[in-house]
Amino acid sequence: MNMSFLLNGKSVSAAPKTGSETLLDYLRLEADLCGTKEGCNEGDCGACTVIVTGQDGVPRPMNACILFLPQLQGCTVRTVEGLPGPDGTLHPVQEAMITHHGAQCGFCTPGFVTTMAAAHTTGETDFDAALAGNLCRCTGYAPIIRAAQAAAHVPAPSWMAERPEAPALQSRDDIFCPPSSDELAQWYARNPEATLIAGGTDVGLWVTKKMKDLGPVAFVSHAEDLRQIHDEKDILRIGAAVTITNLMQAIRPISASLHQLFSRYGSPQVRNAATIGGNIANGSPIGDGSPALIAMGARLVLRRADERRKVDLEDFFIAYQQQDRQPGEFVESIELPKAQDRLRCYKLSKRFDQDISAVCGCFNLEQEDGVITQALIAFGGMAATPARARKTEAALCGKPWSLETFHQAKSAMAEDFTPLSDMRASAGYRAKAAGNMLIRYFHDLQETPVNIREVHP
Amino acid sequence: MSSAASLPHDAARQHVSGSARYVDDIPTPQGTLHLAFGLSSCAAGQIKSVDLGAVRACPGVHLVLEAKDLPHANDVSPSAHDEPLLADGQVHYAGQPIFLVVAESHHLARRAARLAMIEIKAEPAILTIEQALAAESRFEDGPRIYTKDTPQSAMDDAIHRLQGQINLGGQEHFYLEGQAALALAGDHGDVVIHSSTQHPTEIQHKVAEALNIALHAVRVEVRRMGGGFGGKESQGNALAVACALAASFTGRPCKMRYDRDDDFIITGKRHDCRIDYDVGFDDSGRIQALEFTHYFRCGWALDLSLPVADRAMLHADNAYDLPHVKINSHRLKTNTQSATAFRGFGGPQGMVGIERVMDHIAHSLSCDPAEVRRRNYYPEMTSKPAARPSITPYQMEVTDFILGDMTESLLQRCDYHARKTEVARWNARNALLKRGIAFSPVKFGISFTLTHLNQAGALVQIYTDGSVLINHGGTEMGQGLFQKLTQVAARSLGAQQAVIRASATDTSKVPNTSATAASSGADLNGMAVQAACDTLISRLKDHVAAQHGRKPEEISFEEGQVTAPGLSLTWQEVIASAYEARISLSATGFYKTPEIAWDRIKGAGRPFLYFAYGAAVTEVVIDTLTGENRILRCDILHDCGASLNPALDIGQIEGGFVQGAGWLTTEELVWDASGQLKTHAPSTYKIPACSDRPEVFNVDLWSGQNTQKTIYRSKAVGEPPFMHGISAFLALSNAVAACGPEYPDLQAPATSEEVFNAIGRARASTP
Repeated sequence: MNMSFLLNGKSVSAAPKTGSETLLDYLRLEADLCGTKEGCNEGDCGACTVIVTGQDGVPRPMNACILFLPQLQGCTVRTVEGLPGPDGTLHPVQEAMITHHGAQCGFCTPGFVTTMAAAHTTGETDFDAALAGNLCRCTGYAPIIRAAQAAAHVPAPSWMAERPEAPALQSRDDIFCPPSSDELAQWYARNPEATLIAGGTDVGLWVTKKMKDLGPVAFVSHAEDLRQIHDEKDILRIGAAVTITNLMQAIRPISASLHQLFSRYGSPQVRNAATIGGNIANGSPIGDGSPALIAMGARLVLRRADERRKVDLEDFFIAYQQQDRQPGEFVESIELPKAQDRLRCYKLSKRFDQDISAVCGCFNLEQEDGVITQALIAFGGMAATPARARKTEAALCGKPWSLETFHQAKSAMAEDFTPLSDMRASAGYRAKAAGNMLIRYFHDLQETPVNIREVHP
Repeated sequence: MSSAASLPHDAARQHVSGSARYVDDIPTPQGTLHLAFGLSSCAAGQIKSVDLGAVRACPGVHLVLEAKDLPHANDVSPSAHDEPLLADGQVHYAGQPIFLVVAESHHLARRAARLAMIEIKAEPAILTIEQALAAESRFEDGPRIYTKDTPQSAMDDAIHRLQGQINLGGQEHFYLEGQAALALAGDHGDVVIHSSTQHPTEIQHKVAEALNIALHAVRVEVRRMGGGFGGKESQGNALAVACALAASFTGRPCKMRYDRDDDFIITGKRHDCRIDYDVGFDDSGRIQALEFTHYFRCGWALDLSLPVADRAMLHADNAYDLPHVKINSHRLKTNTQSATAFRGFGGPQGMVGIERVMDHIAHSLSCDPAEVRRRNYYPEMTSKPAARPSITPYQMEVTDFILGDMTESLLQRCDYHARKTEVARWNARNALLKRGIAFSPVKFGISFTLTHLNQAGALVQIYTDGSVLINHGGTEMGQGLFQKLTQVAARSLGAQQAVIRASATDTSKVPNTSATAASSGADLNGMAVQAACDTLISRLKDHVAAQHGRKPEEISFEEGQVTAPGLSLTWQEVIASAYEARISLSATGFYKTPEIAWDRIKGAGRPFLYFAYGAAVTEVVIDTLTGENRILRCDILHDCGASLNPALDIGQIEGGFVQGAGWLTTEELVWDASGQLKTHAPSTYKIPACSDRPEVFNVDLWSGQNTQKTIYRSKAVGEPPFMHGISAFLALSNAVAACGPEYPDLQAPATSEEVFNAIGRARASTP
């Protein structure tokens, strides 16, 4: 398969032999662009960050180590080598990183400056958020933030503005790039053993870490209709290939708490690639999307060829790594009820940013005249699948809205879950922390301070 | 003067533009082969059979080597020749290399390595400190013991007694650039190695042993590392030796880099340990007697564990003048990765031990912990006559102590006492969240404790255009050593900074170097560079004096101008004329640290030339429902003597604090019951991210100078600031203590889970 894309402003062609050739390997081994570094080969350190600009013209940092070449059709890519102007003038963030001593060993630096340059172009100034996906082991980050703040006052250079052409999608039967969900549906029905790749932030690791041969693959994010969000009065209809980044924008007016939860989903690089459909369909017991969406009462639309069916999200997860999905069937969209004032999502992980949840608890309780009328509580990390806390819910419903009720319901949680111990947390701690999240929910809705991130020196 | 200017890192422009080359970026000749190890999945056992048929049959595989195929030494140990490159009959940890695949690409080699069929007869693995003690599995015959005065009788007479225990987790270096090496076979069986190593000379030695060739046949070059932190002091040996062997077998260039997971699983980390303490003290918190027992989990091979555990003992006093002390240190052998050097080299562990004791005493007396610390300080350098004898537990006199003044200054700068009151007030108002604040000092000994390592060489060359190339034994891993040394050369030569460049470290230019470690890089190599520059300047002054009829002492070299009364020349003019006058424009310099002498068995002598000091105050907040926590503010005052480059020094301090705080909070290494490391990638092992740094982060340099004649009276800065991270741990302990009356007994790393557990302990006696 031959494909072309703009790399640092120049059109280049690539001929991936399989669907699983990564952009990082292409840059370092074929394009002689060794500025982009391999730090972890799993999208967790940001050393390989490049700027990818899609059809919307928004430059976004992404991890080149888990980006497959066919994903880049219709995009431009800018690496650290492409940040200076045509005459060699350094980008303002590069200059600022020198002035403010933002590089020590320098190995993470190309990833930092590309992420910073993307933020600089879009005017993003929450640098803790923007740089959450870039790890540095030398500086302690302080000089990097000083550099980012200083550069923010300098206008974005003209050479950073770019908008990709939209060439016809190149495709091959075993590296399928569907322009629409209809074509994907037909192809997948014919190739039910194939691997569907959306953002590749999970499948990427099957390749880089497990060294798995994927066989036929389809890059579903090329299907434009799967990338749409439709506001349908009481619900949002979210296409399966909507990225977490784009979903966050749509979610912000609906639930600040879910927006905050998603702001800790992976990193900016990961959220720019990862999709909500992928997050649900791979069925991870520790993904953060599913417990929140279950607590919101979300439904899935599943499609096989031209047949569609709807399933409540919580029923989609049958057992560990087993979902209610037939061969050739895929998640097409998610229906999300919009009324979510009382939803609160709590994520517990060793590190605040870019970490996988030990426990993710999502709470959504209704009350009328001081009595709890409805309770939707879902957890990730507590069972083999994302799951409702039904016994706990039952212990709450019909009871008065009081701390006592919540403490009683908390003891019911032991009947809901028997969590496991692993490298993220012990079973006992998971159980206690999950119970205490329920208590936190009570205090949170009373507007008692419960968030350490809102405490300042 | 340029030697004290805050110039950027010498490669700053290359770093930010992606043109700084690391080993894996060096363009390689066509035909370069790539290597990967096949690893043991078993922590302890006997290799029964190795079937590599499927590995060899893999397309693109050129060569597969096992221990029996190695022609000469099968050893990559930096110390005791106990670390085979490839396991020979026995495996000692899960992750130990058993065979080596040489293939056409990195990916092919990694894929092929997974196809081996290896049968290992598992034996009981010794994984924990307790298992090692029970099995008497240790290095050295028994514990090392340092004693000062009469701890037993003093303990019996003490007014108060406390006992306790603290477990300290290990730490993965997580240098962003993984281990890497490249070998190019040359004429005469020579080999050139590019390695990401802090110790090029040791790479040279291990490669020479493996190929059975003389040291002069091995040239090792290191331009830079993408981070080291001690993790590249000895851990790069295996890759360099493997590449050299493969290059020698195939005649082709050979390169190896570890995938991140392999890097975690194969290489050593900071020693985890347990420290037991028994302390006697008076009503004011002044320590009367103290006994520590250190249990260090050293892993399967000796590596650098003895000097690491020694340095922990040497920092068991930290800043405190302990009258009667006994320190016992057990170096335990376990079936895990061989623990190795990591910034601080045991010092941090030793220091946490005594800071924990201070914290515990202050809690038991309900005293201000900063005040209890000050009451136990060594006497101030300026106090005369000395209020108390100031002899360390290892019989070295402390003559440069400045923490009294530094502490007072820091506590005032950061408004410690008022903030402490405010924290208490805030805690009274908040039921679910609690804040904590803590102070901790650092006194860190500077010099290699293995005395003969305290030497360095340099080669300074001036070319006819006036440009200067300095070569030295130190390696650049991000700390800014090269820039500091060009600043030293500029000042010593009186030349402009712009004409001076540091070359890649190269064993063929400066031989017999010590590792760039122990914070010694600028101290040792700076003096060596200065010595070489002094020789050159002396020749140049003689030359100008002879040419212009002046006395050498009348001539001044400054900022590229050469002047004497009635005479003004440029640097370039002087160099050009010196060349024509056949003056040698190349000189070597050499330095050895004076005055140090140390007997590590007796635990007596002067292991250090001087001490570097610092103090920190950190404030945190915790969530009592889950133990989640974060650092709110950190104030540091640190002593770099007369800083060679304040910006680079502040960079070391900021970075050191965050790395130290990471060690004691979020960075948790977890092994399962069979000895498999379960945290082997950044997805599971969490170093601090951007938002984990203190929201308010004030770092100041103490204005002073080294009492010792170090390079321009500066002080070493690489390791000491790491230990400011201890203040974050103590602040968490302080916040937990606000939850209940009992001592929190916080263990490290203080993950959210551990903080949560400690809250339970603090509340234990409350209903």
